[in-house]
Amino acid sequence: MIDVDIALSRGAFHLVATFAADARVVALFGRSGSGKTTIIDAIAGIAKPSRGSIRVGGDVMFDAAAGIDVPPERRRIGYVFQDALLFPHLDVHANLLYGQRLRSADERFIAEDRVVELLGLGALLHRRVRTLSGGEQQRVAIGRALLAQPRVLLMDEPLASLDVARRVEILDYVERLRDEVRIPIVYVTHSVAEIARLADTVVVVSGGRCVAVGPAHDVIGRLDIVSPVDRHEAGSLVDTRVVSHDAETQVTTLAFDGGVLHVPAIDARVGQSLRARIRSRDVSLALQRPAGISILNMLPARIVAVNAERDPVVEVQLAVGGARFTAAVTRRSLRDLDLHPGLEVLALVKAVSFDPYGVD
Amino acid sequence: MHALSADEIGIVELSLRVALVSVAFSLPVAVGVAYLLARSRFPGKLLIDAVVHLPLVLPPVVVGFALLLLFGRNGPIGRVLDQWFGVVLAFRWTGAALASALMGFPLMVRAIRLSIEAVDRRLEVAARTLGASRAWVFASVTLPLALPGIITGTLLSFARGLGEFGATITFVSNIPGETQTLPLAIYTYTQVPGGDPQALRLSVIAVVLSLVSLAVSEWLTRRTARAQSDDRR
Repeated sequence: MIDVDIALSRGAFHLVATFAADARVVALFGRSGSGKTTIIDAIAGIAKPSRGSIRVGGDVMFDAAAGIDVPPERRRIGYVFQDALLFPHLDVHANLLYGQRLRSADERFIAEDRVVELLGLGALLHRRVRTLSGGEQQRVAIGRALLAQPRVLLMDEPLASLDVARRVEILDYVERLRDEVRIPIVYVTHSVAEIARLADTVVVVSGGRCVAVGPAHDVIGRLDIVSPVDRHEAGSLVDTRVVSHDAETQVTTLAFDGGVLHVPAIDARVGQSLRARIRSRDVSLALQRPAGISILNMLPARIVAVNAERDPVVEVQLAVGGARFTAAVTRRSLRDLDLHPGLEVLALVKAVSFDPYGVD
Repeated sequence: MHALSADEIGIVELSLRVALVSVAFSLPVAVGVAYLLARSRFPGKLLIDAVVHLPLVLPPVVVGFALLLLFGRNGPIGRVLDQWFGVVLAFRWTGAALASALMGFPLMVRAIRLSIEAVDRRLEVAARTLGASRAWVFASVTLPLALPGIITGTLLSFARGLGEFGATITFVSNIPGETQTLPLAIYTYTQVPGGDPQALRLSVIAVVLSLVSLAVSEWLTRRTARAQSDDRR
């Protein structure tokens, strides 16, 4: 449980942040310069708010009115920095143990062996940090933060300085932390794909304000409202399960509450749960079943709402069984097809638009 | 030019002792002052900075004279040290060490300060989030990373101490066996008719000592720099 209600100024930049979240992964989402990092700096105790309070797991970390400001070393809040910030004078092993040594036995919940195994650090232990690749450095940084036995892990755009292949790898590790270590994570990102993949709760930060807080499913559907620049990334999240792989055509079939989705083959075992992000711009609508078309996914849907108040692009909300999709169409299509709530349509989703890794 | 005479050995030994003791006592102070100047902001910082650098720009004789006034038997500090602790610096080798320490201090602080400023402050922040107190961050992150500068500063100050002349002769005079360090002995021989060969011998020794300390400094700095960067394993 993280409860933040603070105001903080850095030069000409003013941040006012208020949100409470109780989730495995809370994502702070926003453009660079929006104040996301300042918020987690305040949670970690390395930026001091001018007023307000911060509570983590029921403990007061900061309370301006009560004069409480727990120093960072006693907050037990892990921080994984964007550029790892490993100690260059220590090898990997000494970096990992740096924080563990400073915690008492009763504060420890995770052992070195477990962290090494979890993050695949075995082969790196005796390396110098300057010989590590970006992805390796980030893994060591995560391990180092974990071994300091934190009650919450803050991650500041841990993928920002990595190439795509490394991003996928680190995301896999972050998912393991979430699912296996069960440590609450506050994850700062400007990537919708990363939110879609990881987050339960999303806090949208813009211009030093928290403009929206809510479950990832809801917030991603409303991105166009909270941040017009991200309209192209707006869409819906669908919880699916892998049902089969077709080796010949290299198509994977995912089942969800409302039908099945066919997507290009992905590396996941049958039965595994997977969260699929379907962007509004990748969903088209048809009144009848078109023939001779390459689109693999045609899902019967009912229009729930039409958000036509702004822009040339109209957002149509659909119910597909128990799942919600959104489709972005032009005003012209809205008029020509006479789209309105209650209408039964077919939602067409191009298989190749599906992004299984949650990586841009 | 063969083996050193007993006198020469005595002079070299005294010089080394004076320089070593001066460095040993000034190093902790220099690290503290350098850290303060590099990492904190406080009123009067500029003044402290200027005072630290004073020995670099003042004529050494003036520094020696100031020491004499302050630490002499009748000086305000000298009297207290003598009466309370029985410590006398004036006209003793310990006074020579104090003069060396003072003259080498700006060099030492400068080198250490630069290397502390070069340490990425975010590494110190990262250490705090991992549970380290300010003091432990300083000992476990800042100091090791600033080590090359600390070594350089120490050896600069040591070399400066070996060569100290003006402040030393003014403060503790030129007493053979007590305060007559290498430069003072060389000076003395040059003032005596026929002393030139002796002065030359001592000068060669001074050159050798300086070169050795320079080489040691270089070797140590490279060693720590290598240990801290990528040695291929």
